Amino acid sequence: MTEKIVVKNLSKVFGDDPDQALEMIRKGKTKDEVLAETGQTIGVQSVNFSVEEGEVFVVMGLSGSGKSTLVRMLNRLIEASEGEIRFDGQDMRGADAATLRKLRLEKIAMVFQHFALFPHKSVLENVEYGLKVARVPAAERRERALEALRKVGLAAWADRRPATLSGGMQQRVGLARGLAVDPEILLMDEPFSALDPLIRRDMQNELLELQRELRKTIVFITHDLDEALTLGDRIAIMKEGRFVQVGTAEEIVGNPADDYVAAFTQDVDRARVFDVASVMEPPEALELAETDAGAVRARLDELGRDALHLLRDGALAGLVTRRSLAQAAGGGGGPLEGAMVPEMPRARPGDVLRQVYDACSAGLPVAVCDEEERFVGVVTPEAVFELLAEDKNAPEEEDAPDGEEKAAEAAPALSA
Amino acid sequence: MWQPSDSFEIPLDVWVETVIKGWLVPNFRDLFQAVQVPITTVLEGLDLALQAIPMPLFTLALVLVAWAVASRGLALFTLVALAVVDLIGVWPQTMTTLAMILTAVLFCAIVGVPLGIAAARRDGFEKGLRPVLDIMQTIPPFVYLVPIVMLFGVGMTPGIIATIIFALPPIIRLTNLGIRSVPEDLIEAAYAFGSSPRQVLWEVQLPLALRTIMAGLNQTLMLALSMAVIAALIGAGGLGLIVYTGLGRLDVGAATEGGLGIVLLAMILDRITQALGSESTTKSPGLLETLKAFFRIRAPANPPGSGGQSVS
Repeated sequence: MTEKIVVKNLSKVFGDDPDQALEMIRKGKTKDEVLAETGQTIGVQSVNFSVEEGEVFVVMGLSGSGKSTLVRMLNRLIEASEGEIRFDGQDMRGADAATLRKLRLEKIAMVFQHFALFPHKSVLENVEYGLKVARVPAAERRERALEALRKVGLAAWADRRPATLSGGMQQRVGLARGLAVDPEILLMDEPFSALDPLIRRDMQNELLELQRELRKTIVFITHDLDEALTLGDRIAIMKEGRFVQVGTAEEIVGNPADDYVAAFTQDVDRARVFDVASVMEPPEALELAETDAGAVRARLDELGRDALHLLRDGALAGLVTRRSLAQAAGGGGGPLEGAMVPEMPRARPGDVLRQVYDACSAGLPVAVCDEEERFVGVVTPEAVFELLAEDKNAPEEEDAPDGEEKAAEAAPALSA
Repeated sequence: MWQPSDSFEIPLDVWVETVIKGWLVPNFRDLFQAVQVPITTVLEGLDLALQAIPMPLFTLALVLVAWAVASRGLALFTLVALAVVDLIGVWPQTMTTLAMILTAVLFCAIVGVPLGIAAARRDGFEKGLRPVLDIMQTIPPFVYLVPIVMLFGVGMTPGIIATIIFALPPIIRLTNLGIRSVPEDLIEAAYAFGSSPRQVLWEVQLPLALRTIMAGLNQTLMLALSMAVIAALIGAGGLGLIVYTGLGRLDVGAATEGGLGIVLLAMILDRITQALGSESTTKSPGLLETLKAFFRIRAPANPPGSGGQSVS
């Protein structure tokens, strides 16, 4: 992975004398003090980040946090007051008009919040626009524009005017217009904010699907944390022109940097953010041929659990629970085979917790298998509920013994 | 009681006279003569053409244009109005007036649209231009007839120059307004995709401002018509001359004929240009399309495949 976009110490001051304002900030004055003393507004303040190739980098913040200013500084629709922007090592801020134009024509495309489609042009002409200003021959640009429209499923609407399309369709046209020039970098300024919630979810999924295929480097702006968590490989939380925290969805939700981020994340559906791997415990199982009901029971007591996985020749065979043991043998040391339930909940390490909800509600441990069906871990209902109920304390329970202890403490209460 | 002028009077009239007669006229005579050349050429060509077209043919053409861009009602009105103009015996003068108006409007557009674009692009230029436009619109035309006669002489062309000065402000103002009211995010999008300023102008700003510019053109046309009589004072011909002569001789009949001709011509032109402007609200055609619409006769019915959704 290479760093596609590198931004260093980027600031924007809206006012007559940016240098003065920046100097005051450097001396530790706050944004409000600068505004009161000089009448200048700090839009973005010393932002640093880098985006890797093929990554979706989400900048999330409320209105007025400077996120739209930030994204516009990247393609210089707004000129930065200070700092450095590099695409593939190429200096963006120092680029002359011709270089800047070339970069915008070929490398960076943008999708806008209110679509910004040209009302006097047809859908196709809108999608063609970037190619037209780049003086691509008519036949070729038509072909490429239609291809982009096909990607977003709107090829049949090519000759319509944008105004005759619904909001979701219009933004698809906006997306197609961005994709038609085949840019390396896609800047998306709250592209889905103007859409209603159902359509928004569709569009998010569609974007994720397209991204799997296209692997563009995307800088995505949003004010919706759920959207940020859904789409972002990494997320930056922005407040009053500064980055408060940059990290993956799990880091942001699990380890908020300050109260501001914590307040944001407290209503987040954690089951959609954390994956199975984050609560997984080491696999615990007995080989079917080498054990009997008594040994299983002893092991269950030892672990403080109510169910245990069984293996046959190293492969996952089934699950025994205290109840199935009791029913099969009436309490004695009978055959284990009869007590084993072959149907059991399974999951992949990358699944989000929401997907193992049902199994956990039934009180069964979930077997985690990797892509090659190797048994790599167990997720106990206790661990899942503990993580979901957790508020602020460190949720990462990577170290297994600690987790097991906690699970053991919780288990009797649950089984009682 | 004493007032300032008792002891001192500013010799403004002398100053102006000195500047115009003593400096402008002798030094810039060639320039003022040269300015007249394109106007005279266009005017004479148009007048010649309009006079050469037989009345029934011209009427038919204008009726069809009215039908195509507006409605059957306007077509009928055009037919009757032009017939009346001919029947009261002022057809040649009407054509002369039309040639004058079209020439004036053409030059207004040639000068006004670029000025409006420049004003929309530079706030400073707009600030400087605005008082000039205000002055142009508030000064009674009679005031600048004298300097125009000094600089350009008398005749048709000076009359048209006076008309241009009088009719120019609306097209500048509305071009400026039209371009400024193109939504900012569209401009931003155009730049984000690498457009040059020229491409932004031609691809986005002008097409979207076209409706407003057309409204300005309509205003300019109406103002030009209202100058028809005044321009006759300095030697312009056409319907204005009939009215002016009628006025001088207290010939109320002739003056009415001329006046009626002007009113009818004004109504026809106003309705046709208004229809051209408002038509684009429903279909928003491109720049070229609308320009073509000036010359082309289109079927007024719905185009096939539009599903008949348009409200008629």
